[in-house]
Amino acid sequence: MLIAAGSADAALAFIEIGALILGLAVLSRAAGRFGLPAIPLYLLAGLALGEGGVLQLDVSLEFFEIAAEIGVLLLLFALGLEYSESELREGLRTGTKPGLLDMALNATPGVVLGLILGWDPLAAVLLGGVTWISSSGVISKVLSDLGRLGFRETPAVLNLLVIEDLAMAVYLPVVAALIVGGSATATAVSVAVALAAVSLILLAALRHGRRFSDLVAGGSDETFLLTVFGITLLVAGVAQRLEVSGAIGAFLVGLALSGKTEIRANQLISPLRHLFAATFFLFFSFQIDPADIVGVALPAIGLAVVTVVTKLFTGWYAAGRVGAAPRGRLRAGTVLMARGEFSIVIAALGASLADGPELGALAAGYVLITAIVGPLAAKFSDQIPLPARLQRRRVVPAPAET
Amino acid sequence: MADVRETKLPGVGVRHEFTTDDGRVIGVLVHHDGRREILVYDSDDPDACSSVVGLSANDTRTVTELLGASRVTEAVAAVQQEIEGLAIEWIELTPSSPASGATIGDGMYRTRTGSSIVAVIRDGQSIPAPGPEFGLLSGDVVVGVGTSEGLAMMRELIRR
Repeated sequence: MLIAAGSADAALAFIEIGALILGLAVLSRAAGRFGLPAIPLYLLAGLALGEGGVLQLDVSLEFFEIAAEIGVLLLLFALGLEYSESELREGLRTGTKPGLLDMALNATPGVVLGLILGWDPLAAVLLGGVTWISSSGVISKVLSDLGRLGFRETPAVLNLLVIEDLAMAVYLPVVAALIVGGSATATAVSVAVALAAVSLILLAALRHGRRFSDLVAGGSDETFLLTVFGITLLVAGVAQRLEVSGAIGAFLVGLALSGKTEIRANQLISPLRHLFAATFFLFFSFQIDPADIVGVALPAIGLAVVTVVTKLFTGWYAAGRVGAAPRGRLRAGTVLMARGEFSIVIAALGASLADGPELGALAAGYVLITAIVGPLAAKFSDQIPLPARLQRRRVVPAPAET
Repeated sequence: MADVRETKLPGVGVRHEFTTDDGRVIGVLVHHDGRREILVYDSDDPDACSSVVGLSANDTRTVTELLGASRVTEAVAAVQQEIEGLAIEWIELTPSSPASGATIGDGMYRTRTGSSIVAVIRDGQSIPAPGPEFGLLSGDVVVGVGTSEGLAMMRELIRR
């Protein structure tokens, strides 16, 4: 359609899109240099360039709008994809307690702040989601960059991410149905439908995931990529039509894939996801007026301070359960602090609410802080002094004499 | 063998670790995509790794090879380093080999080739310094030491 619109328009669109994406590349490189995630930089770029900012997009706005939507779908598809059935089962078995503590400690501050700000309860619940879920993308990257995958506390951290993932499988469809709203009965019906669909798919994925995966699998990389991408968009579109929210549709497709197919889908989709998700972060803060961010700066900072401490405690508790010493428990707590892609996705879900713009601005400011503080705290956690009574060494079993 | 502890890392892979006789903890992390990492745990903070080395599939083969190498190889390799012109050869006995079923003495290898059989590897076990009464079987690997010409002749006699 762009090409058909005349070569002058097409040329302008290419220049705009190319320049913006190249700009994102520069930011991503800069972030990598400092060992930080790129998300906060993308958000800052969007703020600087977008509404009320310095740049006005002309012809490529439409492209970025749709690319950002696809970015959300692929992020949620990847969230559904991330863990295999056995990992989910194992997570449920061992991680329920830390998971519940995680929710109670980290969702509550967001909900409370939303209510204090006089928001609609639904917007407050969304803010609770924003503060609840840690960024699995940022955290797994930090763990692997710092070479901490083998550390004793790491399974506790990863299991917590699995539980959050599972919790999102319930949370997202319910809030999405509530946002669509309508009469009380209509809302109740759509919540019930969403929950039923999720439990059905989860059950099917746990029991018969292999069969669905086998159906999709096979063929060349090209065939497979087109199949998975096509199914994801198609299901998301149908879900949107049925007023369930397209993002949930994509999430469910990810959940239903398992085994080898899942690993392959992850490898093939991840370049696409990088491209579209970066666009999404940019476009999300594009729509935020920088003046709004200044307005919510205080609540965002306060919320970040409180939830950084609550996450620290969550990680401390979870790592203690797997037998980590205080040093390791501190590392687990700090690495979990980062919020990222899913907090932004949750805030984007609420964009249509009356408090949506404020929610978006607050979430952007909040993620900006935690996505920078979290990885830095994780990096320097071994330098944080511990109270003397916690510094005792654990007894290591003496080597057997031979 | 030491107790090997297994831990699943959701989204990453599987970690195996054990305590060495010296009391250090080392482990191997196998990623879902097949990459491996060798983990050496810190002796001060047993939860943390003091060094982590990533290995490609190729590196993994090399390390396996090095750790599993037989003692004969080590010993003979040392000899080879010291004496210039001395070569070693591993020669496997085929079922049709005239040497299988016969003793080393029967073959008169030293007399005929000037090279000696310093070891025999049978079923993965190495038998160092076999005497002339030692009977060779098909499937054995003979380790010969000598000049390269002598070893070529020995190969000719054994594999013919």
